[in-house]
Amino acid sequence: MASSTPTLESLRTKNRLYWLLLAIGGLVAMAGMYAVHMMESHGHIITGMNNQIVWGMPHVFAIFLIVAASGVLNVASIGSVFGKAIYKARAPLASLLSIAMLSGGLTVLMLDLGRPDRIIVAATNYNLTSVFAWNVLLYSGMVGLVVVYLWTMMERRMNPYNKMAGIGVFVWRFVLTTGTGLIFAFLTARQAYGSALLPPMFIVLSFAWGMAVFHLVQTSIYMWNEKEIAPAILQRKKHLLGVFVLGSLYMVATYHFTNAYFSHQQGFERFILMDGGVYPSLFWWGYIVLGNIVPLVLLYAPGIQRDRWTALASLLVVTGGFALLYVFIIGGQAWPLQLFPGYEVSSTFADGQISAYSPSIYEFLLGLGGLSIAFLITTVSVRVLNFMPQDKPYIAD
Amino acid sequence: MSEIDIQRRQFLKTSVGAAAVAIASGMMLYSVAQGKSEGASSKVRWGMLIDTNQCKPGCNDCVTACNNENGLSGGTLPTDSQWIRKIEIKDISSGRELSLPMMCQHCEHPPCVDVCPTNASMKRADGIVLVDKHRCIGCRYCMMACPYKARSFVHEAQHDQNPDVPRGKGTVESCTLCVHRIDVGGKPACSEACPNKAIIFGDLNDPNSEIAQKVHSVASVQIRADLRLNPGVRYQGL
Amino acid sequence: MKFLVSLLMTLCISLAWAGEAASPKLDIGKGGQCVEDTQWMRKNHMHLLKHGRDDALRRGIRDEKHSLKNCIECHASTKDNSVIAREDSFCVGCHKYEAVKLDCFECHSGTRKSAWLAQRNKK
Ligand code: SF4
Ligand code: SF4
Repeated sequence: MASSTPTLESLRTKNRLYWLLLAIGGLVAMAGMYAVHMMESHGHIITGMNNQIVWGMPHVFAIFLIVAASGVLNVASIGSVFGKAIYKARAPLASLLSIAMLSGGLTVLMLDLGRPDRIIVAATNYNLTSVFAWNVLLYSGMVGLVVVYLWTMMERRMNPYNKMAGIGVFVWRFVLTTGTGLIFAFLTARQAYGSALLPPMFIVLSFAWGMAVFHLVQTSIYMWNEKEIAPAILQRKKHLLGVFVLGSLYMVATYHFTNAYFSHQQGFERFILMDGGVYPSLFWWGYIVLGNIVPLVLLYAPGIQRDRWTALASLLVVTGGFALLYVFIIGGQAWPLQLFPGYEVSSTFADGQISAYSPSIYEFLLGLGGLSIAFLITTVSVRVLNFMPQDKPYIAD
Repeated sequence: MSEIDIQRRQFLKTSVGAAAVAIASGMMLYSVAQGKSEGASSKVRWGMLIDTNQCKPGCNDCVTACNNENGLSGGTLPTDSQWIRKIEIKDISSGRELSLPMMCQHCEHPPCVDVCPTNASMKRADGIVLVDKHRCIGCRYCMMACPYKARSFVHEAQHDQNPDVPRGKGTVESCTLCVHRIDVGGKPACSEACPNKAIIFGDLNDPNSEIAQKVHSVASVQIRADLRLNPGVRYQGL
Repeated sequence: MKFLVSLLMTLCISLAWAGEAASPKLDIGKGGQCVEDTQWMRKNHMHLLKHGRDDALRRGIRDEKHSLKNCIECHASTKDNSVIAREDSFCVGCHKYEAVKLDCFECHSGTRKSAWLAQRNKK
C-alpha cells in the first residue's frame, strides 16, 4: 500500500481517536440498554406506541438497518457474481457492513418485543404461514451465508467457492428484502400496505440505502488512512448511487400513483401527501427534497467532483430513508381502518380518527442503540482485520 | 459451601429420589385423570348475531359488562385495552344513524392467526380465536393484521386479574368470547348484559339454536365481508 | 455410560432415603392431601402445569383437578388468600429458595378464586 509513512504522532492521535469512537459507540449502546431495561420494567406504556400506532420508532430504525443490510451486499454481488474487480475489492467491507447492520436491526426488533425474554419461544414454536417467522429464518440464514461468503474471500483455500457463495448471497438477499416487503404487503386490511408493489419497492430502496451507507463508511475509512479514492472508481460508484436513487424514487412514485388511482385509497393518499401534517412534510421535504433531489444534484452537478460531496449525498440519502420509513410505517398506521365504507364513524377506540403518535426518548435510545451496535461491529472489525479495499494499480474490466 | 446451599441440595436430592420412584405412577396420571371436560369440538361454531336495530346509541352496558367480567380498567386512553367498543356510525348519504358493538369477530380464516410467528394467536376447534399468552412474544404483528382493530396490547403490569381471565404485560389480548363461561355452559357477558337482547350468542352449526334459525330467516351481514374471513359475528339491520 | 447413569440413579435413591432434609418454611395454605404425591409434585408440578395449559387453552380440555386454580384453592394463604403476596407465600417461598423465576403470575391471578369473587361482588 503506497501511502506516506505515518508519523508516530499521527498514529498516536489516531489511536486515541479510535478509542474515543469506541467509547462514544459504547455509551450510545449503553443508553439503548437503559431504554430496554426501562421498557422491560415499566412496559410499553413509557413509549409513544399505543394500541393504534403499534409499531413505532424502533421499527423505523430496525427496518432501515435490515433493508440497508441487504442492499449493501449489492457491492459484493457485482464483484462476485458479475466479476467486476473494483467491486470485488470492496466485497469484504460490504459483507461486514451487512452483518453489522443486520445485527443492529435484529437487536432492535427483538428488544422491542413485549416479552423479549421469550425469544426462545419464537424458535421452538414456528408458524409456517407467518411472514414474520419466515423472516426470522431469512435473517439468520443471511448472517450465516455472509459469514461463509467472507470466509471464502479471506481464506485462500476457500477462494474457489467464492463465486458459489457469492451467488448464494445474491439470491438470498433478494428473497430477504422481498420478505421484508411482504411483512407489509400481507396486511391487506390496511390502506397503506397490502400492495404487491411493496416487495420490489423495498428491493430498489435497499439498493439505494445500502449503496449510500457503503459510501459513507468507505469515505470514512479512506479519510482515516489519509487516502483518496481513485477518481475513476469514485465516478462509477457515484453513478451507481445516482441510478439507485432514481430507481427508488420511481418505485415510490409508482406506489403512490397506483394508490391514488384506486378511489378507495384516495383519502389515504391525500392524507399522506397533502393534509396529514407531519407526514406530508416529512415525505416532501425529508424524503423527496433532502433524500433525493439534493443528493442527485450533488452527484451529478458538474464541477463538484470531490468525494466529500458524494459522502454528503450519501448521508442525505440515508436521512431521506428514515423520513420515508417514518411516513410509511407510522403514517400508514395513523390512517384509520375502514370498517364501514360510506359511513361516518366514531368510537372510544379511535375509529374513524387519525391517530396521534409522539415517540418517546426510550424509543429513540433503543433505535440509536441498534445503530451503535452496527457502528461498533464495523469499527472494531475494520481495525482488527483488513477490510480496506485493495485496488490493483490499474483496473481492467 | 454455605448452610443454605447444603440445605438446598438436600432438598433437591430428596425430591429427585422420590421422583424416580414416583415417575412411573405419574406416567399413568393423564390416563386416569377424572373431572376433565371434553374439550372444544369442531362440530360447534360459536358465533354472535348483533341486531343493530335493538342496540341503543349511548348505551354502553355490554362494554361495562365485558370490562367487569374480564378485569379491564375501562379506561379509554390509547394505551388502555378495549376488548369491545361501541361504534356510532352515520350513513353519509342518508344520514341514518346507528350504534353497534365491535369486538373480535372470531374469523374463520383469521389473519391474526396467519401472521403470528409463534402460533400464539390460535383458533380453537369451536371457532373461538384466542391469544395463547404462554407463547405470545408481543410482536404486535397480529394487531397490524386484524381488519377490525380488535386487539389490544397490554402496556403495563397487571394486578388482581380475574382468576379465570389471565392478562399480562407485554402480551396481546382480545375478546375471548368469554371462553371461560362458554366452557362451563354459560354465555358471553356482553350478550347477557344487553338490556335489549341485541346480542344473540349461540352455535351457528346447530340448526335448532336461536342464532342459527335467525341467521337463516333474517338478513344479516359480516363486516368487511369483502375480505372473505367469514367472521363468526354477524350484524343485522346494517 | 450406562454404568454411570445407573450409578447416579442408585446414588440418588439412596440419598433420598437419607431422610427429610431441611426445606424452606412455607405458608402452605389449607394444605391437606395433595392431588398427587407431595414429592412427585415438588419435582413435576411444572410439567403438569405446562401440559395442562396447552390442553386447557388450545383444546378447551379443562382438567379441574390439575388446574392452577385448584393449586391456588388449597395453597393460597388462609391469611391473605394468595400464593404470591409474601416472601413465604406458597409459590414465592419455594421459588425464591430454589432461585427459579416464577412467570405464571405475570398473567395469572395468584388469588383464591372464591375470595376474588367475593371481593368483586362486594364492589
Ligand atoms: S377479528 Fe381480528 S382478532 Fe378477531 S379473529 Fe379476526 S383477525 Fe383475529
Ligand atoms: S403479538 Fe403475540 S399473538 Fe400477536 S402475532 Fe405477536 S406473538 Fe402472535
